[in-house]
Amino acid sequence: MELKTEPMILNMGPQHPSTHGVFRMRVALDGEIVTDLEMVFGYLHRGVEKLAEGRTYTQNVTLTDRMDYLASMTNNFAYVLAVEKLANIQVPERAQYIRVIMAEMMRLSSHLMAIGFFLNDCGAFQTPLLYMYREREKLLDLFEMVCGQRLTYNYMRPGGLSHDLPPEFLPALKRFVREMPAFIDEYDRLLSDNEILLARTKGVGILPREMAISCSASGPVLRASGVAWDLRKADPYSLYDRFSFEIPTGQTGDNYDRYWVRLQELKQSVKILQQAIEQLPDGLHIAPEVPLYLHPAPGEAYGHIESPKGELGFYLVSDGGSAPYRMKIRPPSLINLTALRDMVIGWKIADAITVFGSIDIVLGEVDR
Amino acid sequence: MTYLEVFYQTLARSMPEWLAYLIPFLVGSIVVLGFLLTTVMVFIYMERRVLGRFQIRQGPNRTGPKGLLQPVADAIKVLTKEDIVPLPGDKVAHFIAPILVFIPTLLIFAVIPFQNGALLADLNIGVMYVAAVGTISVIGAFVAGWGSNNKYSLISAIRAVAQMVSYEVPLMLSMVGVVLIAGSLSLNSIVEKQHIPFIFLQPLGFFIFLAGSLAEINRTPFDLLEADSEIVAGFHTEYSGMKFALFFLGEYAHAVVTSALISVFFLSGWKGFPGLPIFVWFLIKIGLVFTGIIWIRSTLPRFRVDQLMGFAWKFLFPAALVNIFITGLEAMVWPGFPWFVVIINWIVAGAVVASGSLLFVTGKGRILEIPGAKPEGRSLIEAR
Repeated sequence: MELKTEPMILNMGPQHPSTHGVFRMRVALDGEIVTDLEMVFGYLHRGVEKLAEGRTYTQNVTLTDRMDYLASMTNNFAYVLAVEKLANIQVPERAQYIRVIMAEMMRLSSHLMAIGFFLNDCGAFQTPLLYMYREREKLLDLFEMVCGQRLTYNYMRPGGLSHDLPPEFLPALKRFVREMPAFIDEYDRLLSDNEILLARTKGVGILPREMAISCSASGPVLRASGVAWDLRKADPYSLYDRFSFEIPTGQTGDNYDRYWVRLQELKQSVKILQQAIEQLPDGLHIAPEVPLYLHPAPGEAYGHIESPKGELGFYLVSDGGSAPYRMKIRPPSLINLTALRDMVIGWKIADAITVFGSIDIVLGEVDR
Repeated sequence: MTYLEVFYQTLARSMPEWLAYLIPFLVGSIVVLGFLLTTVMVFIYMERRVLGRFQIRQGPNRTGPKGLLQPVADAIKVLTKEDIVPLPGDKVAHFIAPILVFIPTLLIFAVIPFQNGALLADLNIGVMYVAAVGTISVIGAFVAGWGSNNKYSLISAIRAVAQMVSYEVPLMLSMVGVVLIAGSLSLNSIVEKQHIPFIFLQPLGFFIFLAGSLAEINRTPFDLLEADSEIVAGFHTEYSGMKFALFFLGEYAHAVVTSALISVFFLSGWKGFPGLPIFVWFLIKIGLVFTGIIWIRSTLPRFRVDQLMGFAWKFLFPAALVNIFITGLEAMVWPGFPWFVVIINWIVAGAVVASGSLLFVTGKGRILEIPGAKPEGRSLIEAR
C-alpha cells in the first residue's frame, strides 16, 4: 500500500536566521526533503538604477556603496571604470595601484565573511565566523585609515581616488600582509579536514560545469565548477596584467569546492597585495584635469570587474548631460542565485541552507 | 545507610513516625532543588563566558563584577516578558510541554550521589530509573512542537522523536558495560566500586555515552532540534516568557544531570584525593565535563538528519554491542578485572573507533532523484 502525503509548504524568510538578509524561499517539503523551491526577492529594492539617472556621475559613487555592502570598494571600482571608459579619462598609475590594493583587500574581507557565514549555516556555532571577523576587523581598520569609513567607503572617483593614502597606511598594510598567510593556514587546519564539514559539503549542491556556464554564473561559484574564468585574467582591467597569480578551480562544483576556492583565493589575494605594495609608485592620486561635473559625450560604456562575488558590471549610457541617461547593473549575486533551485531540489532542508550560504549573496546587491 | 535514613532515625525518636519520614525528604528535595537551580545559573554564566573565550571575545561582562549577575538579569528579562500563545495552537499542549521537559530532569537528580550516601533515594534499580525518567522529556519536546502550530516546530518535533529514540538505544547499551563491572544498578554502589575511574575500563562505553548524551541534551554536533540556522529555534520557536525560561532551564538542568551522570558512571563520582571535601570533587568533575561539552559545542558543525541517524544506528549501536560483548567476556574470564584489562579495552576502543571512521560513510549523494530536477538541459527560468 502506498500512502499519499501532501507536501508541506514552508516559507523560509524573509525573517529567518540564515537567509543573509531579507530573502524568501518558498520550499515544498516531503518530510525533510526539498521537492520544490521558489525564490522570492525584492524586499530590499531601492531602485538604485533609477536613482542614478537623477544624480551626477560623481554622486552616483555613493549609491554603489549601498549595493554589495560587504564589498563597497569593488562596487566603486566597477562603476568608476565604466565612467572612465565613457568619458575617456586616463587614470594616474598610483591611483590604479591603490585601486588594485583596495580591491584585493575587499576580496579578502568579503571571502572571510562568506566562509564564516557558510560555516555558520553548517551549524558551527559562530566560532569560525568570529575567527574570520578577527581578520576582517583589521581590514576594516585599514579602510578606516584610508577613507574614514568602515562599511560604505565612497573612496573612488572618476579619474582616481578621493584622496591619497595616509602615511601610516602602508606600514600597517605590510604588517597585515605579513601576518595573513599564517591565519589562512589556521583556517585551513581548523576547517578543511573536519569530518562533519566534509560530510555536510562534499557532493552536496552540485552545480555542473555546463549548467554553471549556461546560467552565466561567475566568480567563485563558476570557478568551483571547474571553469577557470576570472576577469582579472580573461579581460585584465586596470593593472591586473602586471601581477602574477593563479586561478584556483574546483572539480565537482559542490559546496566544498566553493568553500575551498574561496579559501585559495584568499592566498592569491595576499600574493597580489604583496606585489602591489612593492610596485606602488609615487605620483598623483587623481587625474588633475577631471572636472567635478562630468559631461561625457553621448555614447555608452560597460565597465566590469571581478568582484568577490563574481562579474560586477555597470552599463552606462550618456546623452551628454551631467547625469547618466541610463545605468544598468549586472549584479553577480542575483545571477549566481538563479541556479539555487536546481542545486537544492532533492536534498534535505539543511542542505538547502548550506547551498544557499555557499553561493554567498548580499541582498543589497540582489535587490538593488 | 544514606544520610536521609540517619536523619529519619534521629527524628523518629522525638516525633511521630510519618512526620519523621516526611521531613527528611522535604528538606532533602529542597536542598537538591536549590543546588540544581544554583548550578544551572552558574553553568549558564560559565557557558557564556567560556564560549566567549573560545570565540576570542569577552562574553557578558557588564552586569555586575565580571558579568556575574548576567543570569539574574536574564531571569528578570524572561520573567517580565509577555507570554504569547499562538491563536491556532493547541493551548493545553502548549502549556503542558515546558513542564514535561523540565520536571523529568529534576527527577533524575533524586538518585545522583553527591557523597557516599548523600542522595535522595538509593534505588537498587538506579540505572533503570535514570534511563526511564530521562526519556520523558522527549514527549515534552514533541508536544511543544505539535502544540505550537508552527511548521518549524513541527519539523523539530519529528526530528526530536527520531533522534531521541535512536540515541536512547546506544546510550542505554553503553551503561550495561558499567553495570557489568560494578555488579550493581545502584548509582551509589557503582561509585563505591570504582577503585579506578571506569573511563579506564570502559573507554568505548564512555565515548558512546558521551555521544548519546550530547544527542539527548541537544548539543552540537547533534543539536538538530534547535538548529537555529535551519529551523529557527525548533520546538520552542513559539514560546516566550516563563514558558521559554522553563525550556531554557530544562535544557541546562539536563546538561547538569548529564555531566553528573558521566561523572558518576565513568569518573568515579564523589571519589577523589584527600585534601578537599568529597562533594567538592564531584562538583569539580561536573564542571570539567560541562566545559568539555561547551568545547565540543564551540568546535564542531552540525550533522544532517540522515547522517545523524546513520551515526546512531550504523556506528554507535554496533560499537555498543561490541563493548557489551568484550566486557561480558572479561567479566566471565577475569571476574576481578585485573590491570591488563584496561589495556585490552583501550585497544578494542581504538580499533572500533578507527574501523568505524574508515567504514562508516556519513555523507551520501542526493537523497532523492526527482524527475525534472536533473539539471542537464533544463531551462532555468521555468513558468510555474
